Formats: sequence, structure tokens, C-alpha cells
Amino acid sequence: MMNLKLHVWRQPSAKDTGRLETYEARDVSPDMSFLEMLDVVNEDLIVTGKRPIAFDHDCREGICGSCGMMINGVAHGPQRGTATCQLHMRTFKDGDEIVIEPWRAQAFPIIKDLVVDRSAFDRIIQRGGYISVNTGGAPDGNDILVGKDRADHAMDAAACIGCGACVAACPNASSSLFTGAKITHLGKLPQGQPERDRRVVAMVEQMDEEGFGNCSWFGECQEACPKEISIDVIKQMNHDYVAAAARGSD
Amino acid sequence: MELNSKVPPGPLTAKWDQHKFDIKLVNPANKRKYDIIVVGSGLAGASAAATLSELGYRIKCFCFQDSPRRAHSIAAQGGINAAKNYQNDGDSVFRLFYDTLKGGDFRSRESNSYRLAQLSVNIIDQCVAQGVPFAREYGGTLANRSFGGAQVSRTFYARGQTGQQLLLGAYQALEKQIAKGLVTMYPRTEMLDLVMIDGRARGIVVRNLITGKIESHAADAVVLATGGYSNVFYLSTNARGSNATAIWRAYKRGAAFANPCFTQIHPTCIPVSGDYQSKLTLMSESLRNDGRVWVPKAKGDKRAPNDIPHAERDYYLERKYPAFGNLGPRDITSRAAKEVCDEGRGVGESGRGVYLDFADAIKRLGDSTITERYGNLFEMYERITDENPYKVPMRIYPAPHYTMGGLWVDYNLMTTIPGLYALGEANFSDHGANRLGASALMQGLADGYFVIPYTIGDYLARGGFNAVNTDMPEFKSTEREIAEKTSKLLAIDGKRTVDSIHRELGHIMWDYCGMSRNDAGLHKALDMIPKLREEFWTDVNVPGSAVELNQALEKAGRVSDFLELAQLMVRDAINRTESCGAHFREESQTPDGEALRDDEHFAYVAAWEYAGADAAPILNKEPLEFESIHLSTRNYK
Repeated sequence: MMNLKLHVWRQPSAKDTGRLETYEARDVSPDMSFLEMLDVVNEDLIVTGKRPIAFDHDCREGICGSCGMMINGVAHGPQRGTATCQLHMRTFKDGDEIVIEPWRAQAFPIIKDLVVDRSAFDRIIQRGGYISVNTGGAPDGNDILVGKDRADHAMDAAACIGCGACVAACPNASSSLFTGAKITHLGKLPQGQPERDRRVVAMVEQMDEEGFGNCSWFGECQEACPKEISIDVIKQMNHDYVAAAARGSD
Repeated sequence: MELNSKVPPGPLTAKWDQHKFDIKLVNPANKRKYDIIVVGSGLAGASAAATLSELGYRIKCFCFQDSPRRAHSIAAQGGINAAKNYQNDGDSVFRLFYDTLKGGDFRSRESNSYRLAQLSVNIIDQCVAQGVPFAREYGGTLANRSFGGAQVSRTFYARGQTGQQLLLGAYQALEKQIAKGLVTMYPRTEMLDLVMIDGRARGIVVRNLITGKIESHAADAVVLATGGYSNVFYLSTNARGSNATAIWRAYKRGAAFANPCFTQIHPTCIPVSGDYQSKLTLMSESLRNDGRVWVPKAKGDKRAPNDIPHAERDYYLERKYPAFGNLGPRDITSRAAKEVCDEGRGVGESGRGVYLDFADAIKRLGDSTITERYGNLFEMYERITDENPYKVPMRIYPAPHYTMGGLWVDYNLMTTIPGLYALGEANFSDHGANRLGASALMQGLADGYFVIPYTIGDYLARGGFNAVNTDMPEFKSTEREIAEKTSKLLAIDGKRTVDSIHRELGHIMWDYCGMSRNDAGLHKALDMIPKLREEFWTDVNVPGSAVELNQALEKAGRVSDFLELAQLMVRDAINRTESCGAHFREESQTPDGEALRDDEHFAYVAAWEYAGADAAPILNKEPLEFESIHLSTRNYK
């Protein structure tokens, strides 16, 4: 069992000013997940008449992308390729102090405590992160063959869970890894070709409109990504963007 | 209440085509005059919202998460079934239908299960067209794997993230429609009640989870695609937010609730490690393709697994069910694990676990093939348990995973409330008393992409709608009721947290209405639940206010509904004295401990009707008639 000191960002609402508050986390088992540790702290806060810490979470198995916080300044904490819900307390040791903050990015405004608004990601997808096919009338699944390597590459990029860690980790708060992942996923597949040019142009434009910064190749995004998506997807995005511009897509 | 299943006449194989021809259509130009509310944005909800809006209907879609992409469908790992017969191994629509019906222990509606099998092939085509990156063979064709309860290879997959990829396909289709202004999306918005006007479902009342504002939305039809209720057990494989509030409110407004006691306990989950545990993590059933399940032959054998020689291991699934071996259906496999643990042969600190061992598969196929097939699952297991499954066998134990029960629906997926539909896990229709692996994704997408788009038109085209708006007294009084309930919850100011009461409810349900049930235990639960509910309403502590983001208040509302639903589950389990599928009544078993069905007395759907807060619910029965198959005893030996 461990005892830890937490410094947690508390902010009642978007309008209020936030600040770090300190809490003791006692009798923490190394087998607990990070969020289970916060659950225990919250139970204590409630029974002592205080407000629990608000944080987003849902599946708690690293796939829904709901959770995410800066843990000692690192998006999703110290373990590589791991979302906050899958981070376990055995990563820490007795007596540790842990600073817990929300994602920090202008395009992700704080709603409360550790909860931020990531709807900008949905709006990026709305600009072309799909294949325009209505339900019905699709050809047989085997009519268009897709080589295994190509399908695997598409899947590597498609694994993005949309958690926003890439943005939070980036010194420019760029969403290039997120956007590049979708562009790569769809761009690798034959079904994604007809809209490839207009997709990349529109999605990049939306990133700018949302107030995300530009990519300047720090590479922090791929370090923070719980699905370990490579910055190769940003290369692909830039390539597609230039190619689209050269072809005069609007 | 009258239960009219509206199953079309004619031979099984022709019912759906005939029905599509017989039902009414809405003229394309008229579709934009109709408003449809879709609650939930998982596979069923997102696919329905996207497809209905493609047809021209005006759609509002609601989800409690911050984005529709987060719905719990995303967590499905293993795959989706389809009767493509790409493997040339004897699969067919009829075989998938028969496997589904048999897997469900003959407690599903034949016509619905057949339609599901028929539509399965269209789903794969649709998803491929959307860019879902299914696994492929080197030659470029779609790859398949095997799943429990089937002897053909018909499961399509995208690594161990099939649910994620299918949901992202549906989500992207939905975002496409949102971008066109044809769907209005309401994330972080929770449905708290259904509004009925003139006996029809005409809208919902929701809470904006950021501001706390209670708002009403009117429509011509309401579609619930809000998933299942496994979280009644507190610990389950469901996401923490998954809840029964929408379907429970619908039940209290008059929608019959069918087979609530049919809950699936998934055999391969990571065992509980402590009291703080907040959820149980599933390890995909696909692992049973290559993993062998065993426990020590001797009771209380505490040796490390790799120190136990082969001859002293009991590969009990292979021993008891040689035909299906480790790939038996979920209910049977789960009970077998419970049985060996009850005998004192369970492994791990708690003794509630069995080994899932990959040593033979690794020897046969090599590390790299195993990584290719299950890499992400092995990683997830190691992160949670700190044990390396390439070196030591996994420890697994059954956990609540899926609920076959749900709102009663007819062939059109309409509940007993006119204009209220239920899709996916929220309804009861296709899986009987036990769902086969890789069939939940199939059902969610079949309902959303290919059933509701046709059947809802039949209701709308029949007309007879009066104009409604949210200023009408039905909306205002429902808003008031919700505000009153919220104030009441906040005012109790007791000593217990919502989670502590929820956890206690979970223990009651797991102990007495879990993997095996008996009359005495069920009656004990029936006595305990109202007492716990009473304690909740007098001693719960819900901090904060109603006009802010208040996660404790959200949980309190959901748990208050679980506390009522639990009682209905127990009543249903008491009523069904037979064993069938996942519902195992200890009083009804064969001499060798298998489930003993009683077709003479229980070949029906139990559809429960709400009769008021203080009255016992009314049991209505829909007899199950099987025209195309013979009821047989399930045998996986």
C-alpha cells in the first residue's frame, strides 16, 4: 500500500479561475488503475462534505478515448502507449507527489476540473473524415481487393481513439496527429480515393479554424499517443495536402 | 396488454422481402416533414441516425458522452459474424440463423433471428464501403476467424478492435450527415424521460450535463438505442456510464420489458483484484481459438502454473465438450468455470479464476503469429495484471457482459408504445436466452442500417399525428417531475455515496441473480433490494447542485433506476423455473449438470408490464412458435 500527495486542478466552471488543490491519497494499492485511485479520493471527498473531482471516463479499457489528464506534466502519465484508465498505480511509489491537470490547449476549453471540451475533433471529422457512401447499394465486400499490407497500414492509423493527448502534449497544441491519422486511414484504402484531395484540404482548414497550432515536428504527439500512432501520418497528411494543392483541389 | 408481434405470414425465408413490400412507404419529398429522435449513438443509434437522415427524415441524436464516437460499442473486441461463406466451409444464412437460435437456447423469435442472419451479409459490404479496415488475406480478400458456439469460420474482424472500427464507420457516416445539417447532435445530454401524447411517444425530456438545464424535444417517433443494463451488477465489462435509464423510463411509461433475467456472463474476463475495482475487463472470446482453458486437477494446488505438470492439469472444457472444446458458447463455458472454482480448484489469490494458456499455441505458431492475432489483448492483460501472458497463462473469470433482455419489440422493432422503437442491445428480440459471440455488433448494425429505415416509415405513413410542441402540458409536467426528483436526490444529504450503494446492489445481484440462481436466493434478493432502495432514498449523499456538471448526480439518477430494474430481473428469474441459456435455475438441470429447458411451460417471451410504483408488474406472454426448426436439446459435446 502507498500514500501519495496529489495536486489537482480544480475549476468549478469555464468562467471561474482554477487552481491546484492538494489531497492525500491513502492506502493506494499498486493494482489500482489511476482512475480507481481518483475514485477512492472522490469517495473520501464526498463523505467529508467536499466536491468530488470531475473527470471524463467511460470504458476504462483504453479504447473509448474519454479519459485523459496531464500527470506530472505528461499526457496520460509516464507509461508509454497507455491511456490514463490503463495506467496502474504500480507505476508510482509510496510518498510520490503527483500533479494532475486537464489537457492544456486553447482549442480544448475547460468545462470543469479535469473535463475539457473536445468537440473541435468532431468538427474536423465533419469536414471530410468519412467516405461519402449512403447505406445500401454497396458492392460485395470482396469486390475490391485490398492488400494485407495496405489494410494493416490503414488499421494502424485508424486505431486513433480521439482522446486529444497529441494536442495536449504538443508545444503548439497542434492536432496534426489526430487529423493525419484519419487522412492516412482513409487515404490508404481504395474506397477513400475519390475524396482524398478535398478531404485533406478541408480537414486541414478546419484545424486552423479551431485554433489548433501548426506542426513543427517536435514529435511529442507520438510519444503521448496511447495507441502509439506514428508521426508518419502527419507526413502523409502534408504529402496529400501538397499533392491536392498541386492538382488544384479546393 | 396485447402483444402483437406482427410477424409476417409466409415461409421464413421470404418473410422480410414480403414485409418490405407490404409495409407503407413515405414519399421522399414528405420524409423531411417528420422529426425522429434517436437516443444513443452506438452501433445501433449512430447507424440509425445516419441512415434515417440519408433517407430525408429530420433527426436529432442524443448521447451522454462528449462525442458520439465514445459509445460503448467501441469496446467490442473480437468481431462481427456474417453468413458470407467466404471460407467455403458450409456456412449459409440458414446456418447462422440456426446457430443463433440454438445458441439462444430457443428463446428468441424465429423470424427476427432469421432476418438478422439475412442482413448480416449486407452489413459487411456496407462497412467495407465506408472504409472499415477489416483484416485481409495477402491476396486482398477479407479474413475470418472462428468464434464460440459455431463450427464455421464466419467472424470478420479488425485486429482486436472490431467494435471501434465499426463504430467509427457509423460515427463518420453520422458526422457526414451532421455536417450537411440533416442531423442535430446533442452530446453530453442524457434522456431522463419519455413524453407520451395521445398514447404515442412524442418526445423526450433531457438534461444538459454541462449546464444542468432540463430541456424537452418533440418528435413524431422516438428510437431508443441505449444499450444494455449489465451495470446493474456494478462490476461488469460495460463502460461506467452505460445505464438503463432510458429503457426503464420507457417501461414506466408503458413499454413492456421482455426477459429481464436473461443476462450474459462472459467467460473470459480479468478476475477481480480488490474492493476498489471499478469495472471488469473482457479478454476477447477470440482468444479461445488458440488458448486452452485449465485448472489443476487437485484442490488447493497453489503451485505456479508452469510448475504443474501436464498430467496434473484438467483441461475441463476439452474433457467435457470434446466437439466444441474451448470454443463452447458463453453460458456453458462460464458455468463450467464457476463449477471448477466452486470445487476449490480455482486459481489466483481469490481462487476465483481459471487459466487460459497459450503455451501450446506459441509452440505451434510462434510468438509472432500470436502477437499478430492477439497482440493488443496481451498488452492490455499485462498492463492490468503485471503478468506476461506469453510466459505465464492468463487468469480469467466470468463477468456480466451483455443483456439479452430488453424492451419488447415487434417485428418492426416497435415497443408496445406506438412510435417508440428499441434497437440493438436495448431490445430483446434476436438472441433469446444467450447471445453468441460476435453477434452483438451484427444486431446493432442490422437494426440501425437495414431494419428501422424501412419499418419506421410504415408507422409514419399511417399518419394520424396531431401537431405537438414542447410547451404542451405533457412536456411541462414531465420536466417538473424530473426537477422534483433531482431536488429530492440533492436534499437527502445522507452518509452513503452512490457508488457504495451501487456496489452493494451489485453484490446482491451477482450472488443471487448471477451465473446460477435458485428459488431461495432469488427470494432473498427480492427482500433485500427494496430495503437497499429505501436506504438509498434516505441516506445517499449527492453533493453539488442541479445547475452544473455534476457527475455524482448523474450516477445517482442511474442507480435509482437500477435499484428498480434489479427487482424486475429477480421477479422474472423467479417466474422462469426452467433453465435456459444464460438463465440457470439450479432446480432445473440434467443429471450431469447441464441446463434443463422446459419447452412445455416456458417457450414464451416474458413481457412485463408496469402497473404502478406499489403494484406488482403484470406478466404478459408471447408464445414462441418455431415453424422452420425443431426444438432440440443443446449439445456441445
